[in-house]
Amino acid sequence: MSSFKVFDIAGSAMGAQSLRLNLVASNLANADAVTSSINQTYRARQPVFATELQSALDQRGAAAGVEVRGVVESQVPPRMEYAPEHPLSNADGYIFRPNVNTIEEMTNMLSASRSYQDNVEVANTAKQLLLQTLKLGE
Amino acid sequence: MAINFDNALGIHPLALKLREQRTDILAGNLANADTPNYKAQDLDFQTVLKGLDRSSAPIKPALTQANHQLPAVAPFGPELKYRIPSQPSLDGNTVETEREHLRFAENAVQYQASLQFLGSKFIGLKTAIKGE
Repeated sequence: MSSFKVFDIAGSAMGAQSLRLNLVASNLANADAVTSSINQTYRARQPVFATELQSALDQRGAAAGVEVRGVVESQVPPRMEYAPEHPLSNADGYIFRPNVNTIEEMTNMLSASRSYQDNVEVANTAKQLLLQTLKLGE
Repeated sequence: MAINFDNALGIHPLALKLREQRTDILAGNLANADTPNYKAQDLDFQTVLKGLDRSSAPIKPALTQANHQLPAVAPFGPELKYRIPSQPSLDGNTVETEREHLRFAENAVQYQASLQFLGSKFIGLKTAIKGE
């Protein structure tokens, strides 16, 4: 029954948004993870969203859910800081801070949680409509 | 005299099906609110209703080569259209969440209306069958 497709769609979006929230949490948690080598520094991670192509192709190209294509690391160079007194500083006295932009991450978090709420609401409404449909003719 | 259910129920089963399809499409729009390059779509009821009288057949692509193939299901019918955004965004996404929300709510109410009409039809039929 095609009525349940709406749950797949809302569910895929909720999954994608919760992954985004997880990445925000990871980025914020590691925002101050200082290292002594540029190669070991944590880099901000972001999800890549795309429309589910398969479901877009069947059923007259109608409604399609979201899939997460992957997680990419930010290409912004980590921040280099001169701190010779820091226990993790390298031979030249530098430490490396992750390229996490906390303000960006906070707005990302708000956007993700709003989108998640939207999809919960969609799923709730669809559920109510289906329950009413089951009672048809009573 | 036999009861013909198709005639007895009128346009309501079809309306219900269309509302259900629209629920899926609007849910898809809301689900893709953060997907770059996603284009919001919607059902055009005028086109759907016009298609009902079967006079306007859908346009089919011409097969000019021997190895050309028609898709099993048409990718999308003429009734499915892209929305024109009032505020286009830089990432090519044309979903305007608040408007989609309103349309979703509107569609839910219309679905319930269709459902109620259909329910009353059934109750009417029941009364007719019982003859009380």
